[in-house]
Order: sequence, then C-alpha cells, then structure tokens
Amino acid sequence: MAAIKWPAAPTTYEDDVVLAFTIAAVLWSLIGMAAGVYAAAELVWPALNLDFAPLTFGRLRTVHTNAVLFGFAVSALMGTSFYTVQRTCHIRIFAPNLAWTVFFAWQLIVIAGAVSLFMGANAGKEYAELEWPIDIAITVVWVIYGVVFFGTIAIRRIEQIYISNWFFGAFILVVAMLHIVNSLAIPVSAFKSYSLYAGAQDAIVQWWYGHNAVGFLLTGGFLGMMYYFLPKQSERPIWSYRLSVLSFWAFAYSYIWAGPHHLHFSAIPEWVQTLAMVMSLILLAPSWATMINGIMTVSTARQKLREDPGLKLIVLSLAFYGLAMFEGPMMAIRSVNIISHFTEWTIGHVHSGALGWNALITFGCFYFMVPRLVGQPLWSVRLANIHFWLALAGVMLYVLSMWGAGITQGVLWLSLDELGQVRYGFNEILAALQPYYLLRLLGGSAFFVGAILMSINLFMTISGQRTVTVAPPTTSMRSPAPAAGTP
Amino acid sequence: MNLMDWHRRIERHTGLLVFGIIAVTSVGGLVQIVPSLFQTSLSTPVAGLEPYPPLALEGRDIYIRESCSVCHSQQVRPLLAEVMRYGATSKAGEFVYDRPFLWGSKRTGPDLHRIGGKYSDAWHRLHFMDPRAVVPSSIMPAYRWLAERDADTGGSIQNRMRALQLLGHPYTDRDIYFAPQRLAGKSELDALIAYLQMLGVSRPEGG
Repeated sequence: MAAIKWPAAPTTYEDDVVLAFTIAAVLWSLIGMAAGVYAAAELVWPALNLDFAPLTFGRLRTVHTNAVLFGFAVSALMGTSFYTVQRTCHIRIFAPNLAWTVFFAWQLIVIAGAVSLFMGANAGKEYAELEWPIDIAITVVWVIYGVVFFGTIAIRRIEQIYISNWFFGAFILVVAMLHIVNSLAIPVSAFKSYSLYAGAQDAIVQWWYGHNAVGFLLTGGFLGMMYYFLPKQSERPIWSYRLSVLSFWAFAYSYIWAGPHHLHFSAIPEWVQTLAMVMSLILLAPSWATMINGIMTVSTARQKLREDPGLKLIVLSLAFYGLAMFEGPMMAIRSVNIISHFTEWTIGHVHSGALGWNALITFGCFYFMVPRLVGQPLWSVRLANIHFWLALAGVMLYVLSMWGAGITQGVLWLSLDELGQVRYGFNEILAALQPYYLLRLLGGSAFFVGAILMSINLFMTISGQRTVTVAPPTTSMRSPAPAAGTP
Repeated sequence: MNLMDWHRRIERHTGLLVFGIIAVTSVGGLVQIVPSLFQTSLSTPVAGLEPYPPLALEGRDIYIRESCSVCHSQQVRPLLAEVMRYGATSKAGEFVYDRPFLWGSKRTGPDLHRIGGKYSDAWHRLHFMDPRAVVPSSIMPAYRWLAERDADTGGSIQNRMRALQLLGHPYTDRDIYFAPQRLAGKSELDALIAYLQMLGVSRPEGG
C-alpha cells in the first residue's frame, strides 16, 4: 500500500455515472418485468405467442431472466457499488472514464443479449444463455469493472475497508470466476458454440455457476447494498461488527458448495449431492446471522421506519431475504426436494428472492439515493407508499400461488393408487394448475404496476433538476497521513 | 493476536482481502468439480449409444434455440411413480454426447428423456402444429413456423459436426461429408421430431 501515491484531494464524487446506472436499472426492470408478465399470461392463454417465434414462451422467458438478472440487477449493483465505494473510501472513483466505459459497454451487452435471444442464439445453459462473443465481451467489461472498483479501494482515504465493499468485492471476483469457467466452449459460428463439458459433468459445472450466480450476485452483491443503505437510511450503526465479519466469511465459504442440490436424484455422483445438501443447511446460519444483524440495526429506528417508504422497503426485503434463505436450504433436503424439484415451488422460491429481496431492496435504495443525487426531495412520498403496498401484495400473491401450484404438482405427480399405478395423468394435474397461474399473473402484474409508479416518481424527482455534486470529507481517516498539501 | 486483530489486517489491505475471498470461495468448487471432471464413469457412453446423426443434431440445436428445456426436463429420477410415468431412470452414460446437457430444472410439460418411440412422427407433427388438438389441457405454444423453415438454413451442419468431432464425438469424415444430404428437403420440424424420437432409446442394460 505504501507504494501508492496519494492523489490530489478529489473535488467531488463521480455521481453522474451512478445516476446513469440507476436510470438503466429502472428501465431494465420495466422491460424485464413486462416480459415476465407476458410470459405468465402465455401460461394462461397459450395462443398469446401469436405464432411469432420471438414471443414464444421459451425465448421470452429467457429474455425475461436475462433482462432482470443482467439488465436490472447488475446495473443496480454497479450503480450502488460505485455510490457506496466512493463514500466509504472518501474518494472520487478511480478512473471515472473507465466507470463510464463500464456503463455504456454493459448496456450494449444486455441489449445485444436480449436481441440475440429473441433471434434464437442460445448456448442452452440456464442463466448463461448468451453466446460466446457476448460472453467474451462480458469478461472484458467485468475486468474493467473490477479495476475501477478495487482501484477505488486501493486509493481510499479511510484505513478500514467497509463491509459493503467486501460483499461487492466478493460479488465481482466470484462472478468472474463462475462466468469464465462455465462459459468455456468451442465456437462453431458467431451465433453457435458447444460447451466444453458434456452431460453429467456439464451439469455439475453449470449448477456450480447457476447457484452461485444467485449466491454471489443476488445474495452477496445485494448484501453489500444492504450494509451501506440500511445503516445510512435508518441513521443507526450496524448492530454487530463481529457478526458481520463472521457471517461474511462463513457465507463466502459455504455458499459455493451448495450448487449440486439442483441435481438431487440425478446421474451425478451421490456424494456430491449429499455434500451440497449438508452445505446448504449450514448456509442457513450465516444467512440468518446477516438478516438478524440488519433487523437489529433498524430495531431502534421505529419513527424513521414509519415515515420513510424507502426504509420500509429495505426492511421488508430483509424479511423476504430471511424467508428465501430458510426456504432454500429446506428445498435442498433430499426428502423435501422429491416434492419441490421441477415444480412451480422452485419458481415461487426464486421470486420470493428476486421480487421480495432483490427488487424491494433496490427500490428502497433508489428512493434514498436518487433524491440525494439530484438534490431534491422525493416527488411523492404518498406514491412511494402505494408502491410499497402494491409490491407487498404482488409478491405475496405470486409466492402463495406458486406454493399452491408447486405442492399440487409435487404430490400428485408421485401419487400412486391402490393397484400401484400412477393415479393422475400429467395433463389432469396440469389442468388443476390454471387458477394458480391466473393468480400468479395477477400478483406479477400488481408488482409490475408498483414498479411503473416508482419509475414515474423517480422520473419526476429527476426531471428538470440539475444533479448535485457532493464532495468527500477533506480529512483523511487513514494512516499514514496523506501527503502534505492535501487540504 | 486474537482472531479479530488478525482480521483487522485483512480489512485494511486490498490485496489480502482479494486473496482471502478467492481462497475461501475456491475450495468448494475444487472439491466438487475437479474430481467429477476426471471420473470416467461420468464420461463413458452406455452400450449402444451413438452420437446424434445430422438430422437429430439439427433438431437438438433447434430444441436449444427455442429453450424447450425451460419447460421440459430430460432427467427421470429413481422414484417409483416417476419410472412408471416416464420410463427407466436416467444414467450418466446416456448424456456423454450432450453439449450442453439439457436436464432442465422445471416440468411445466412432461419429462422428455424417454419420449423417443412413444408417439408416432405423425402425432408429434400434429402436436407441434396445434397442441390442443391432441392434448386438450395442454398449455404448450404451437410451433407452426418450424414446418416452414428448412433444416440447416445456416449451412453449418458440417462445421457443427467438426466442432463436436474435435471434442471427441466419434463422427467419421464420411458422416460429416454426407451430412448436408441427410438434411436436404427436411424442415426444422422434421429435425426436431427426429431428435425427440432418439431420446432415451439407448437405454442401459436392464433399463
């Protein structure tokens, strides 16, 4: 560290790029959710594909997952990580031009990804569908993102690296590792490649990727968000520093083992499945420790919690985080997995995480961050409160309907009659799911309408306002002291 | 020096933190993945398993293009009701020519690993053109456009087979030379049906 030359005192934080990422994330959430709602409607009215290949369920569902995961979630993480890392390091971001490069390149990647999936270029691996040219672009942009983020930490003016940055750092490093290993393929043409791995081995690599993309992107990255915005918004320090240290390392160590629980009762070695199940259960401890740390942090901020819709959203998201992090390990137990695997229960579980945890915490952070970026109060607190209730009702309806559908499927598929024959035909069971699919469509739509209200609210807050510039504190809290001449 | 003091060093040093994260997150993957990549029982084909012939390979790539695997699994679990409903439990050796694997994670529609030979080509054709004409409660979309498109319009079947040959699939140069002829005059729908009719047919002994 001593080798690093102290830069001249920064004048302001680079917040324009944060605002750009925020706007992009909001737009991608609308696009991704619109695709999701339409796909949900297709399961109720299959003719909605209109005989048009790009609108057909398989392609649309893939566009939906890519738009919300890489468009919405990653843009939100990049934006909030740049916001957080500057403020917790008391310094302007390292190489702002590179940060802008990351912004434009990443948006191009997500657009190219959506277009190529609509056209049918698909590598066939879940959540890693993008073909090899885009995979290479992702790798390059990700490295630049890492350089900007860790570069900012390296030149920080505070001695200690704040815990948010450990989580963001783990997110950046592990996603790079997962992406590179899982995407290795032999290209055939610009739009087609074959995986380097085959069959059961491919399955193990893919679910190591798939589960840990959830683990380090949707869990780790968003915990980085939580550790900055929750204390900030509630104006309380993190409840326990020791617990945050302990749960971070336990989380990072144990999550990576859990992937093969997606492959219970499959042809992969049984010891791999068992190990994944055990590690999934162990994972419950650090996950809940983190949730408890968050809840205890706001527990004395009751007044703030009543008044601030953004804080309400973040606290609600922690509740859904706790729910999903309990449900996941339960579903990883083999005897539960018999029922839950391949059913809508999985879809419900994913959405209690993705809508209840990831989307709600992001919305909460945006309600906090955007007014500060533009120096204006939120346009309408009332509208934000309506959003809160729509989002809660929407995600509950979604999750409950998918539990109902999933348990119906899981139990009836395996049900035998007195003669030992399969009791119900597959299509009889499918017919029983229609009401659940309709309820899910309603729940998803309510959540989507809430997101539209938020977009209007944030747009009105931003429009016509000039962005403000925020200067970092001038006193350095890091030893050795900055070079002479720093104000 | 107690543990928290030791940790204080990590959280003040960017390089140590990066190293720590990489070290801690690598263990699980190394233990679970590396041995599996060298386990020959996972990469040895079951007796009688052939690499996909050109038309079925084309069909498989269409199956991937349309993301059929988001609604159809190809993995029969060793559960009584499942074996009765779909057929013999899936074995690792049946998937060694599957790049990528297509076991899926969701059964909105039924499992397809043992679909080969269960229905006639004519049934499949009718079902793809209008699923509800044959299965009234089906919610599968129709795939009419597949019947109108020629198989291998990209003309890359030979390149694809060469790439797979490079990865160890036992195609002969003769197979590759004649591949375009196998696709001549066929639609994408023909190719997809050829793929489905091959699925799970090379069952392991006693399956």
